[in-house]
Amino acid sequence: MAAAHREEWAAVLAATVRVTRDLDAAEEAVQEAYVQALRTWGRDGIPARPGAWLTTTARRQALNGLRRGRTQTAKLPLLLGPTEEAEVDTIDPDTIPDDRLRLVFTCCHPALAPEAQVALTLRLVCGVATPDVARALLVTETTMAARITRAKQKIAVARIPYAEPAPAERAARLDAVLTVVHLVHSTGHTAPSGPDLVRDDLAARALDLARMLHRLVPGEPEVAGLLALLLAHHARRATRTDAEGRIVRLADQDRTRWDRAVVAEVDRLVVAALEAGPPGRFTLQAAIAALHAQAPSYAGTDWAQVVVLYDRLRAVWPSPVVDLNRAVAVAEVDGPQVALALVDRLVADGDLARYPYLPATRADLLERLGRPAEAVEDHRRALALTDNAAEQEHLRRRIAALGG
Amino acid sequence: MAQYAVIIYEREGVEMPPEVMAAHEALGGRIVGAGGREVAGLALEPTSTATSIRNGVISDGPFIESKEAILGVFVIEARDLDHAIELAAMTPIVDGGVEVRPLLDFAVVDPPEDDS
Repeated sequence: MAAAHREEWAAVLAATVRVTRDLDAAEEAVQEAYVQALRTWGRDGIPARPGAWLTTTARRQALNGLRRGRTQTAKLPLLLGPTEEAEVDTIDPDTIPDDRLRLVFTCCHPALAPEAQVALTLRLVCGVATPDVARALLVTETTMAARITRAKQKIAVARIPYAEPAPAERAARLDAVLTVVHLVHSTGHTAPSGPDLVRDDLAARALDLARMLHRLVPGEPEVAGLLALLLAHHARRATRTDAEGRIVRLADQDRTRWDRAVVAEVDRLVVAALEAGPPGRFTLQAAIAALHAQAPSYAGTDWAQVVVLYDRLRAVWPSPVVDLNRAVAVAEVDGPQVALALVDRLVADGDLARYPYLPATRADLLERLGRPAEAVEDHRRALALTDNAAEQEHLRRRIAALGG
Repeated sequence: MAQYAVIIYEREGVEMPPEVMAAHEALGGRIVGAGGREVAGLALEPTSTATSIRNGVISDGPFIESKEAILGVFVIEARDLDHAIELAAMTPIVDGGVEVRPLLDFAVVDPPEDDS
């Protein structure tokens, strides 16, 4: 049942919205379908096609609701062709089109606030219950429920269409979707606060989303790029912290424990995405992650190539965070002194004043340059900027090791 | 079709060059060409002519002081928000932007033709 929930929820809900043309009514019908499944599957066994069973049940439920006239609210604009219009009320699961992309594009519409896009995607596409979404995103349940309600109201009142975007908008809108998935992942990958470094569930949901998107639009190189990027992190997840939950730096991670099958999949995805044309930001980040994943050791990493890829990434996605990561790679090619000059320029720019990895990187370089007193100062700056308990503990250890 | 207000904001004191004025005049036709309709429009005199009344107190100037001021409002009919955004983005702007807001189903202007 848990698997059916995780794997089928998006498709079942997406197909039900087509009937109700209202997100709340569809959600209610889908929830009811899962309740019925819980009742009958235990008694009669799991049907041969759980997804089709759930879709049929949810849509029947929704149709009954419509007949009782329970949803008289404004209908979501569907943007259907005439042949598709006839299919709206169909109950035969084999003729129901896959509407998951419509659902994803609606949840990640740029007219919704970014935090609402993330919340709606987790709730509606991944089927995560609102209290769990609240916990994952570190807000109260009341706040999250209000955020989701407000976003659904805007969708209904402003008539955000339940549709894939027009061709002219598609690239930008797909990028917005990928940004949301990446945000879900980075929120989970390094939980900004709380006791654990990795909030596994969010990272896993992001990976599910990326896999689903890659299956739905296999020809989009940036979707493959994002999937590869998330998989590259996934392959290394067992080694990012030790048995006590403490951070292990990339240089110190046990590379024999990286998941080689996943690394091979990353490589295939990256190669295909790179061959598809000028790479976008996710493909380039994935290519960098792939170089790390394939390197025999930290020292044996192809750092020169990493710098080249960061240069290309900077060209398509200028960002001080990219500059900082590039500086880390430059330290391995041209030495910590050259890298320190780059980092100091970022400090002077001030854009990353609240970003803990800036002083943390600077501290690292200073340590390597034999300037421990200054390194301790920067470690302390980083410590003041992070709420993540595992990172705080890591920084305290570094400070203690320097006698600070 | 649904109705949306498109609220035009421009920087205070901005000059409207003749080509922008001409583009405003041509906007209705372009909206029709893109499958929408302009239902109503209002153009406002500069905020230097505005008078505000707050809690019964009368004062000179706009209600909200800001770098940008509302210069006009027009109402369009569009299929959905994506269509409305496409139409609103055609608005000629010198140094500002537009805000798109759905209208309450409360018609002081022509009601939408249908609700498909």
